[in-house]
Amino acid sequence: MSPVWISVVVIGLATFAIRAAGPLLLARRTPPPRAQAALEHLAPALLAALVVTQAVGGDNGGFTVDARLAGLAAGAAALLLRAPLLAVIAAAAATAALVRVVA
Amino acid sequence: MRRVTDPQAPEPGRRSYLEGVRVAAPIGVAAFVFGLSFGVLARAAGMGRVAPVVMSVTTFAGSAQFAAVSILGAGGGLATAIAAAVLLNLRYGPIGLSAATTFKGPWWRRAFTAQLIVDESWAISQRDDGRLDRYLLVGAGLLLLVCWTTGTAVGAIAGDLVADPESLGLDAAFPALFLALLWPQVRERSRLLAALGGAAIALALMPFTGPGIPIVAASLACLIGARRPA
Repeated sequence: MSPVWISVVVIGLATFAIRAAGPLLLARRTPPPRAQAALEHLAPALLAALVVTQAVGGDNGGFTVDARLAGLAAGAAALLLRAPLLAVIAAAAATAALVRVVA
Repeated sequence: MRRVTDPQAPEPGRRSYLEGVRVAAPIGVAAFVFGLSFGVLARAAGMGRVAPVVMSVTTFAGSAQFAAVSILGAGGGLATAIAAAVLLNLRYGPIGLSAATTFKGPWWRRAFTAQLIVDESWAISQRDDGRLDRYLLVGAGLLLLVCWTTGTAVGAIAGDLVADPESLGLDAAFPALFLALLWPQVRERSRLLAALGGAAIALALMPFTGPGIPIVAASLACLIGARRPA
């Protein structure tokens, strides 16, 4: 098997197992109240981390500040103006593209 | 989509997966375009036409796929590529915990339905009571899977026709998308604190670890919520 296919199979199986673990092993168990309360705060914690890593993350770890940050600012402005989701995404992409043309 | 009264329509209280499809439609557009750029990149990295599409169906996780393909394309080695992708997908461990009681049916069905969990489908299916809306998650996940895979196929086959995704600003679309998904979730003070904590943990770790670890570690910020049991 070529390295490409090995990576496809191994990454696919690992991802399958990671995703299935919770719903397979803990499906019949109601989490204790404190654990449930913590899990209710998982989405904001992870989404905020994704915003940060996708906005200023470098290819191999570390920080890279580039046009993405301007795009994110435009997206935030669109959110403040209560723009629909597609407009938020479009504003971010268009701003980043514009900054790259100008810079 | 307009709602019509229809004698065949599910009775009130019964929900439809179409709702998830509808809510996720704008994200589907972004997923298609990003799948397109993944297909182009994977083809350029020497993966051929079929492997990228198979990867999009089975792995179904943008950042991990991009990382693996760019490492392979740069000659970075198989083990490095696999490790980077798996690290980036480790966040689906804690995410899966929050979805542990979401799916019904026999074990194999729960295992396969759980594969529809991606950041976006998971984020939009959050209910006010802290549990996940199965219909939103499955509908959104299916739509995103179709968009992501179709985009990959088009990109891998007709890749030469597509412009560089960065010149289109597409890499800026995702932080904005995640911000938009975060926005409605931080009205409560404790959730805002969890978000700030998650961002702070990620920022603090980013200079020292490879991609993936900062996001997994950020999930610890959810413990802020454990102070006050529901």
